[in-house]
Amino acid sequence: MKSEYEWTRRNLIGIENLTPEEVTFILDTAVSFKKTMGRSVKKLPSLRGKVVANLFLEPSTRTRVAFEVAANRLSADVLTVSGSSSSITKGETLRDTAQNIEALKADMIVIRHSAPGSPLYLSQLVDIPVVNAGDGAHEHPTQALLDCFTLREKIGSLEGKKVAILGDILFSRVARSNIWALRKLGAHVTLVGPSTLVPGTFESMGAEVSHDLRSALTDADAVMLLRIQHERQSQMHFPSLGEYTSLFGLNRERTSWLKPEAVIMHPGPLNRGVEIDSDLADSSRSVILDQVTNGIAVRMAVLYLCASADEWQKREAVL
Amino acid sequence: MSVEPLIIEGGRIVDPSSNRDEVGDLFLRDGVVSTPFARDKARVIDAKGKVVSPGLVDIHVHFREPGQTHKEDVGSGTRAAAAGGFTTVVCMPNTSPPCDNPATIRYINNAIAENAVVKVHTTGCLTKGMEGDSLAPIGSLKKAGVVAVTDDGRCVQNNALMRQVATYSEMFDLPVMDHCQDTSLTEGSVMHEGDWSLRLGLKGWPAAAEDIIVSRNIILSELTRAHIHMQHVSSAGSVSLLRRAKQRGVAVSGEASPHHISLTDKYLGGYDPVFKMNPPLRSEDHRLALIEGLRDGTLDCIATDHAPHRNYEKDVELDSAPFGITGLETSLPVCLETLHRSSGFSLSEVIDLMTRKPAGLLDLQAGTLSEGADADVTIFDSEKEWTPTIDGFQSRSDNSPWLGQTLRGQVETTIVQGRIVYEDGKIL
Repeated sequence: MKSEYEWTRRNLIGIENLTPEEVTFILDTAVSFKKTMGRSVKKLPSLRGKVVANLFLEPSTRTRVAFEVAANRLSADVLTVSGSSSSITKGETLRDTAQNIEALKADMIVIRHSAPGSPLYLSQLVDIPVVNAGDGAHEHPTQALLDCFTLREKIGSLEGKKVAILGDILFSRVARSNIWALRKLGAHVTLVGPSTLVPGTFESMGAEVSHDLRSALTDADAVMLLRIQHERQSQMHFPSLGEYTSLFGLNRERTSWLKPEAVIMHPGPLNRGVEIDSDLADSSRSVILDQVTNGIAVRMAVLYLCASADEWQKREAVL
Repeated sequence: MSVEPLIIEGGRIVDPSSNRDEVGDLFLRDGVVSTPFARDKARVIDAKGKVVSPGLVDIHVHFREPGQTHKEDVGSGTRAAAAGGFTTVVCMPNTSPPCDNPATIRYINNAIAENAVVKVHTTGCLTKGMEGDSLAPIGSLKKAGVVAVTDDGRCVQNNALMRQVATYSEMFDLPVMDHCQDTSLTEGSVMHEGDWSLRLGLKGWPAAAEDIIVSRNIILSELTRAHIHMQHVSSAGSVSLLRRAKQRGVAVSGEASPHHISLTDKYLGGYDPVFKMNPPLRSEDHRLALIEGLRDGTLDCIATDHAPHRNYEKDVELDSAPFGITGLETSLPVCLETLHRSSGFSLSEVIDLMTRKPAGLLDLQAGTLSEGADADVTIFDSEKEWTPTIDGFQSRSDNSPWLGQTLRGQVETTIVQGRIVYEDGKIL
């Protein structure tokens, strides 16, 4: 790990407020953790004796499991509270839930919540580190970090690289976090999809907006697909899945517009045959499963860094 | 009812209704503004260095009685009004149950008679249950004493019904006040649609949702000749539409709130629910358009939309928090700062927007220091700095973005019909 750099954040709420150096530092830290994943004994003692509470108040499998595995690898004990089984369903407020978790002497909270801003709110309620595992359409910082980690592995430095993000940008926390992260690392970001899902106002975040798939994909170094959340969009944002696929679905022919070495990414879960042809999802260009593996290393890095900053700050306060 | 004669001595008397702005004495006897009388027969209030204005008038407050008196009731709401310098307020009908029948109005009138420390007028609903489906008994509500009709908090979406509301209300000479919101564009929305909502991942509330209904109301006012008043106007588009309609002589009017002229959507950057309002705080260009609307008379008055909620109700995720802020106790200093000190309005112009003009919109006998008028007076120090605190509020709620902020301009004395109801921070 880079010893000359001092990481001071005890919370990870979003990418927007991180400096480019901080983004890079997390990714560099994750490189070290990924190396440990090849060992026969994968556990590290970094968080031994700590309790990480996974407060998942919105359905999630991949992210929740990835955080659990990451915490376990760091030797933490994991306490998982899910929305359907929590007292939130009985009307308990997030404040009360959080304070109960803190009273149980958890050392960190990882939160997934449908309300944007809830991790920030939570961080103001409790005196332990809070990590955002996705808040509504706001941010999903660890997803963006693992995406950037994967891109760095596959295509090297992101400085000057062209990355297209394709699909439901409007409702996507993954898109927002990735725009911030990719821009901080020097990449050029093009958002592409139907105008109802990719409004021009996204240009205020420093991304280019396009509704022309061919121009957006031409010479791109990577394309990030986003799941079309047809279950929540009814008929308001595009006429049908068929029309979406015919205009914006990724298939073999359209993949040829990319650079030859370009990679295809997807945060999952996939709608095979909608946003991507099924065989393309399983092709050599797809790095979808690499993303899953890298998600563990990145989350190990985030948990480790936030816990370390918290411990250091509390020790300083005592002194 | 006999009250002690009062002489308010040496203050700067600012009464836009009589074009008066001069240092002098004001005489109050038998509950009305009087001709001068002997000093030895009265209590003398030293107002040197202070402003003496007509009692402030607010045509848009929520007192939550009946139904949600844990947030506010007529007693606490009028105490907040008095502390803010208001002597006349008009309360909205979205209580629980809503004021869609004379019995509920009579219930509130009883509460007013028993507990109010300032004058309170009631409004009735436009539609039964505020459901937007059928006409409320507007004639009976008029008989019960309402001064206007509104479904505030909701907006009639059915244009044909809104036309009938306007036509029917006009028969009773009752202004229609409308909360302008096309709900098909705002479902799930929590803040202004713009760069900030995009960045924060919050569902945006386009200004067009207001503009569409303001347009509709202008067209229906022209068609029916009814007076339709647009509540808490928040968008530049609405101001522009109203400006053109007024130039054609259409009987429409509009109000702006202290928070919409002073704050913008950037304050939601920290997801603090105290800034969550309906309509939402908009961007700077909209805010400036509202101020220009007040300057050129397109917008007729200031109204607070005083909307109390208890602190635990706002202490939740932004998505779940209720809309609205309290406003009565901070309105005057916020308007002095935003309009007088920052935008070049004269003191008299600001007071006009908070006295004569709102009173005139609903034909209320208030907002003037003319001889023989009710002795409703506000004395304030326009330069005094103070910091609102939870303990200092008279309102039962404290959902104010100005808590802990330094404000300039403080009410010292509020007089209603010749009786001092608020003085030196205390309700008397």
